[in-house]
Amino acid sequence: MSDAGLHAQLALAFDKFSLQVDLQLPRSGFTVLFGRSGCGKTTLLRCLAGLQRAQGTLRWKDTLWQDERHFVPTHLRPLSYVFQEPRLFPHLDVKGNLEFGFRRVPGNERRIRMEEAIQWLGVESLLQQRPESLSGGQRQRVAIARALLTSPQILLMDEPLASLDLDSKLDILPYLEKLRSHLDIPVIYVTHAPDEMARLAEHLVLMENGRVRAQGQLNDLLTHIDLPLLHQLDASAVINVTVDHHDPHYHLSHVAVPGGFLTVAYNELPAGSRSRVRILARDVSIALEPTHHSSISNCLPCCIIDISEDRDPARVIVRLNLGGEVILSRITRRSVDMLGLHPGQLVYAQIKAVALMN
Amino acid sequence: MLSESDIGAIVLTLKLAGTTTALLLVLGTPLAWWLARTQSRWKNPVAVVVALPLVLPPTVLGFYLLLLMGPNGPVGKLTQALGIGLLPFSFTGLVVASVLYSMPFVVQPLQNAFEAVHESLLEAAATLRASPLDTFRHVVLPLARSGFATAAILGFAHTVGEFGVVLMVGGNIPNETRVMSVQIYDHVEALRYDNAHWLAASMVLFSLVVLWALYSKRAPGAFRV
Repeated sequence: MSDAGLHAQLALAFDKFSLQVDLQLPRSGFTVLFGRSGCGKTTLLRCLAGLQRAQGTLRWKDTLWQDERHFVPTHLRPLSYVFQEPRLFPHLDVKGNLEFGFRRVPGNERRIRMEEAIQWLGVESLLQQRPESLSGGQRQRVAIARALLTSPQILLMDEPLASLDLDSKLDILPYLEKLRSHLDIPVIYVTHAPDEMARLAEHLVLMENGRVRAQGQLNDLLTHIDLPLLHQLDASAVINVTVDHHDPHYHLSHVAVPGGFLTVAYNELPAGSRSRVRILARDVSIALEPTHHSSISNCLPCCIIDISEDRDPARVIVRLNLGGEVILSRITRRSVDMLGLHPGQLVYAQIKAVALMN
Repeated sequence: MLSESDIGAIVLTLKLAGTTTALLLVLGTPLAWWLARTQSRWKNPVAVVVALPLVLPPTVLGFYLLLLMGPNGPVGKLTQALGIGLLPFSFTGLVVASVLYSMPFVVQPLQNAFEAVHESLLEAAATLRASPLDTFRHVVLPLARSGFATAAILGFAHTVGEFGVVLMVGGNIPNETRVMSVQIYDHVEALRYDNAHWLAASMVLFSLVVLWALYSKRAPGAFRV
């Protein structure tokens, strides 16, 4: 990968755990390091930041951060880090926290202005407050703004939503999406939550037991037949869509996908804007004819790619080609036999529920 | 009333305690920081040596210091070779002895305060471009401020109150080594109870004020500005 941003060949051994990765990450976009608790994703992120020292070499673009002889300490790496806990400085108010990193970056290297970060993360009204008086979600927003204000060349985020309640999570996710679309800063985001991964990732790195199991475009990995993601209970595909038009009468919106149109819950996005939808395999059933007499309004023609066994012996996973994108359908083996489904066949995917993610 | 020699003893005591506290804050800060953060196997041995004056009779400490700094002791030979002369029975000797004697009273509160500053904040500072020294100055020091106040008050007060070490190392030279506690002892020996009362009462008052300062500092909310 010639356009690699981070290039890490790192190894680290503990008593019962070892980390060994050879990884090249893109120099732009949102990369999610995904895996179970204990798979080493946080350790890897800490090694990338220099908070923990592994053996090996680490390079950011053309700069060497680490090899056998050199180790650039964290404070000299042009990165920022958002931790699982906000880690605000208790002796400073919100403004003091925001200024902490900002002041330490030379003026000509500042690309994010104070007012910008304050506005993006909606922390105007909090500036004079002390960290201990903020809610969990507010603290994490301040922490994200504080990290952005060092104008990092790369932003590392370690499960920034994991310690928050559901409301605070839903409160912060839109800010993260805004970062993805508004800022040209590569983000490496660690999570074990499938919904965050599906919502945020462009590039996905799948980790298992301290190793990289696979990496690639989000939907390629989600629908990859040899990867465990396909067999999770919430196996899903994530595809890009364009908002086409809104139907205020029925309170629905219509979005364009490669193979046609989908009806989704009403949203505020202007027509023409891009978003993504997550389609769970269990929400997709297969019909041989287009259905007109059904309460399921989303029915799209697609072609069966293959049919593979699922963890549940009663069911199979059918991969479908929807205008070039892959979506998944989890149906019973009995249905496959009754409908006579086989690879290459043209069928209609009935999609019971589609969530527009924004 | 306080005599001229009483005033001299008070001034000398304050000078000794001030010098000792200042030196201890300078020396004790890096030592306490190291003790708070290190995982070295030397941590406990060093901590034990620092804490030794807490349990040793002051006369024992004074006795060994006298030998070490005396004409035949290694420190004494060194100071003579350097042209400083001998330290016992001088103000400098008293400062050296007081620094060792009051060390735990400064190092331990500092160490506690440093340990209370969570590693996670130091990491956060590093990701915000602060060098270790910068982090110490702008994160650790402000958060450990109350520890510094405690350390300074305890170090000062403990030096003011010392007697055994002073008598062993410093003797009883007016305006050089005769501090308040020694002066009181002299008064009592000579049956000058009136004079002893004046000095003793001012020590009691001083101690009350110091303890009052310490305890009110621990009141809720006192750590915030």
